Amino acid sequence: MTVTPLGIPRRLLEFTIDGETARVPEGATILDACRAAGTDVPTLCEGDTLRPKNACRVCVVEVEGSRTLVPACSRRAEPGMVVRTGTERVRHSRRIVLELLASSVDLSTTPRVADWIKEYEAKPDRFGPGAARVDEEPRIDNELYVRDYGKCILCYKCVDACGDQWQNSFAISVAGRGFDARIAVEHDAPLTDSACVYCGNCVEVCPTGALSSKSEFDMRAAGTWDESRQTETTTVCAYCGVGCNLTLHVQDNEIVKVTSPHDNPVTHGNLCIKGRFGYQHVQNRG
Amino acid sequence: MDLHFGDSKPTDDERAAVDALLGPPESSWEGADRSDADLRWARGGREARDRRDLLLPGLHALNDRIGWISEGALGYLCRRLTVPPAEAYGVATFYSMFSVRPRPATVLHVCTDLACATAGAAELLAGTEENLGAGEDGGTGGGHGEEEDGDSGAGDGGDSGERRGAGDGGDSGKGRGAGARGGVRVERSPCLGLCERAPAALAIRAGDPVRTAVSAPATTGTAVLAAVAPDSSPEEPRAAAAVPQAGQEGLILLRRVGVVDPSSLDDYRAHGGYMALRHAFALGPAGVIREVTDSGLVGRGGAAFPTGRKWQATAAQPDRPHHLVCNADESEPGTFKDRVLLEGDPYALVEAMTIAGYAIGAHRGFLYIRGEYPRATRRIRHAVEQARARGFLGDDVLGQGFAFDIEIRRGAGAYICGEETALFNSIEGFRGEPRSKPPFPVEQGLFGKPTVENNVETLVNVLPILTMGAPAYAAIGTAKSTGPKLFCVSGSVDRPGVYELPFGATLGELLELAGGRDGLRAILLGGAAGGFVRPDELAIPLTFEGTREAGTTLGSGVVMAFDDSVPLPRLLLRIAEFFRDESCGQCVPCRVGTVRQEEALHRIVTRTGAAAASDITLLREVGRAMRDASICGLGQTAWNAVESAIDRLGAYA
Repeated sequence: MTVTPLGIPRRLLEFTIDGETARVPEGATILDACRAAGTDVPTLCEGDTLRPKNACRVCVVEVEGSRTLVPACSRRAEPGMVVRTGTERVRHSRRIVLELLASSVDLSTTPRVADWIKEYEAKPDRFGPGAARVDEEPRIDNELYVRDYGKCILCYKCVDACGDQWQNSFAISVAGRGFDARIAVEHDAPLTDSACVYCGNCVEVCPTGALSSKSEFDMRAAGTWDESRQTETTTVCAYCGVGCNLTLHVQDNEIVKVTSPHDNPVTHGNLCIKGRFGYQHVQNRG
Repeated sequence: MDLHFGDSKPTDDERAAVDALLGPPESSWEGADRSDADLRWARGGREARDRRDLLLPGLHALNDRIGWISEGALGYLCRRLTVPPAEAYGVATFYSMFSVRPRPATVLHVCTDLACATAGAAELLAGTEENLGAGEDGGTGGGHGEEEDGDSGAGDGGDSGERRGAGDGGDSGKGRGAGARGGVRVERSPCLGLCERAPAALAIRAGDPVRTAVSAPATTGTAVLAAVAPDSSPEEPRAAAAVPQAGQEGLILLRRVGVVDPSSLDDYRAHGGYMALRHAFALGPAGVIREVTDSGLVGRGGAAFPTGRKWQATAAQPDRPHHLVCNADESEPGTFKDRVLLEGDPYALVEAMTIAGYAIGAHRGFLYIRGEYPRATRRIRHAVEQARARGFLGDDVLGQGFAFDIEIRRGAGAYICGEETALFNSIEGFRGEPRSKPPFPVEQGLFGKPTVENNVETLVNVLPILTMGAPAYAAIGTAKSTGPKLFCVSGSVDRPGVYELPFGATLGELLELAGGRDGLRAILLGGAAGGFVRPDELAIPLTFEGTREAGTTLGSGVVMAFDDSVPLPRLLLRIAEFFRDESCGQCVPCRVGTVRQEEALHRIVTRTGAAAASDITLLREVGRAMRDASICGLGQTAWNAVESAIDRLGAYA
C-alpha cells in the first residue's frame, strides 16, 4: 500500500517575483517559490533534507523594504512581498561570493559552480596570487571516507546531518573562528578516535566533494571516476528489516558508490554504515 | 544522547575546578567512580541536557584555574553537562581568551587597537615581548596557538596558584623563546576598553583564585610587573578618573560615578537609588512601558531601536517565560562607557534590570559582560549579591510579590558576541554565531523564548525616565534623539574619558570639552564599525538623525581623535585586521571578505593614486557585497570605516 502524505491543507499566499505573481503555500520559502516558477537561484549550503543554514549567501535576492539582501533559502514568503532575483545588486553579491569562495577553496568537484562563475562573470583570480587559501591536505584516516577540507566551504551541512537533524552522533562541529574555522572532531583528532559511526550521511549532503567515499576519492585520484559511464539502480537494502532504499552507482560493473533517494520516506537520503559502505560482498565473484 | 568520550582523564585540579561550579558528580554517568547503583539508574534526557548553558561558565572555570583547557578537562566537563565533546571543542576554540593547547599560567593581553596604537602600543608590545618572550605565533588569537612542547608547568597546574611568575616554575626553564619564558604568554589583544588610559595591558594569571592586573597607561615596566606579580601591581585608578565631568551638577547618567561608594547599597540608596523601582511598582508593568515609550528612548548600543517598542512587543508575547538580557559585552574598539557605569555605579544597572524585568514579565535577567573587564565583573557581582541579600532581588523584590534575579555570564573574547543573537548562542553554550532574523528576539530569543536585550547604557536611562517622568526626559536632547548620551572620547585629546551630553551637542563642542588638540587629522565616530569624519566637520550634531544626515553614524558613542602620529593607512589596516580576527566565519561574504579586505589594504599601505586604484575598486566591490549579503552587523559594517576614509578623508588619493 502506498500512502501519500497530504499534511494539513495550507493556505496559499501571493507575492511578486520579478514582476510575476507567485502563489505558494504558507510557510514556503522564497527559494521554493523561485523554483516553482522556474527561476534559477544558485544554492550551495541549502539542502533538500536539512533546515536552511543560509551561510553561503549565494542565493541572496532583493526584497523591497529590506535594508540588506535576504537569503532566498531561508526567508519565508510573505503576502505582498516584492522579490527581485536578477537585479544588478543581486548579481553583484552573488558574483563576489563566488569570487571569494573560488579564490579560497578548491571548487573543482562542486557541481554547477563553474556554470555560475561563467554566468555571473566572476573572476576568482582578481585577488592575486597571494590571496589566502584554505590549504588543507586530504585526511585519509579510515577506509570508508575521506575529508578534503581544501574543498570545504563551511556550509555546516555535514555538522547538521551528524547532529540533531539526522544522525544524532554529534561527532563533528565547526572549530576555530573566522577564516581559520574548520570542521573538526574534538581536539581535531582522527575520525577513528571520535564519535563517528561512519553512516556517511555527511558525505551525502556535502555540496562540494570535500567529503567523499574512499572509493570515489581513489578513483578520482587515479583519473578513472567517470559519472557519464555510471548507471544508477535503486533497490532495497538487504541487511535488516527497515527497508531503506539504496541507489547503487555502478561503473564498469562495479559498485562505486551507494546513496539513497532523498525523497524516500524511510531514509530521507540517510543510510547506516552497512547500507552505504557494506557492498563489497556483492562484488565478491570468487 | 549516546555520547562518545575519549580516554583522557582530568587532573584533580581540573576536576575540582569543574566541581566547584557544578557540585560533585552524582553518579558514574557524570564522571564519578562507578557504584552498584549506577547499573540500575541512568541520568539522561532533557534534565541532563538542560544545563548546556553552563558550558561557557565551565570553560571559564577551567581556564581560570589551569590557564588552558586540556582534553581530559574538556571531556570531564562534557560528561558533567551531557554535551558532545566535538561541540564543546567548537565552543572552546571560538573564544580568543581560551586555549586548548598548553600555555603558561599567565597571559598578558596587550591592546593593539586604535587608541592604544596611537599611544605607542607597538613599542609596548615589543618591550613586553622582549622582557617576557612572545608566543611562537606572535601571540595572535589565543585559541590557535601552536605551542607544541606541552609546556609542562601550565598543564599540571596544581601549583599554579602559588607561582609567582618570573624565575620559578618548571616552565620557565624550557624557554625555547616561545612565550614560556617567565611563565608569561604575551598576546596581542583587540581593544580592552581602557582607551582613556591608552596604551593598555591586562594580565590574567590562572590559579585559585584567578588573579588579574590592569596596567594602563602602561609602560613596558608596569606591564611586565602586572604580568609577573599581578598581586602587587598598583590598584587601578577609580572609575571616576575616566569621567572628567565627575561630580558636576546636572549630570544624569553619570551623576553617581565618583560620588557613591560602588560597593555600598546603602550609599546607592542615599543617592536616590531604588526610587525608580518604587515608581515602577506604582505604575505597573504597562505604565512603565508607556513611560519608556513616551520618553523616546532608543537603544544606545548602536542600532537605535525604540526601547519602549521592544519591551511592548516582548511583554505582549503569550509564550512564557520571558527573558531579559543585558548586553555588557562592550567590545567595539573605542567604547568603554559601560565599563565605567559598571565600575562606578553598579547598583544602577541592577535596579534598571529589575525594572525592565518587571515591565516585560521576566523573572530571570542575564547580564553578559565581556571577559576583559575583571574589575567591572567584580563590582557588578558584588552588587548583585548585596541586592539579593537585602531583598532587592529574589523571590519577592521589595515585598511587591515580584520575583526577579540576575545571573552574570562572562564572555571570553569575541567581539561578535555583542551581536544580540550571537550573545544568546553564547549564553546557551553554543558557538557565538549570529542567528538569522526573522524570527526576532522579541519572539524567539534566549532559549527560544521572547527576550528583550538592551545595552547597559540603555537600561540605565530608564532610571531617570521613571524618576523625572517621560515628558521631562523627552525634553532633553532633540525631538528625534531624546535624553542624555554618553560619549567615549579618546585619542588625540587632553582629557580622554566618558562624557555625558544631551543629544544635539556638536562634535566640536564635545572635542572642546575633552581638550581637542591642534593638528587633528581625522575623527572616528562609532568605532571600527563606524566612520571617519574630517576635522572641518565639527559642526555635525551628535544625534542619530544628525549623524545620519551627515552620512556617518553615532554608533555606540565612540569619538576617537587622530593626529598624524600614525599614518591613516596603518589605522585602516588595523581596523581590517580587527574584523578579520573577529569574524565568526559563518557566512562567506564576511569570512572571506574581511580577509580579502585586509590583503588589499596591505598591498596599498604605502601606495596612492593610480597605484592604489585597482585595489580600491576591489575594496569597494567586496565591501558592497559584505554590506549587502552578510548575515549580521559585523560583516555589514566591516567596510564602513575604510570606505569613509577613502571617500571623506581622501585616503590613498
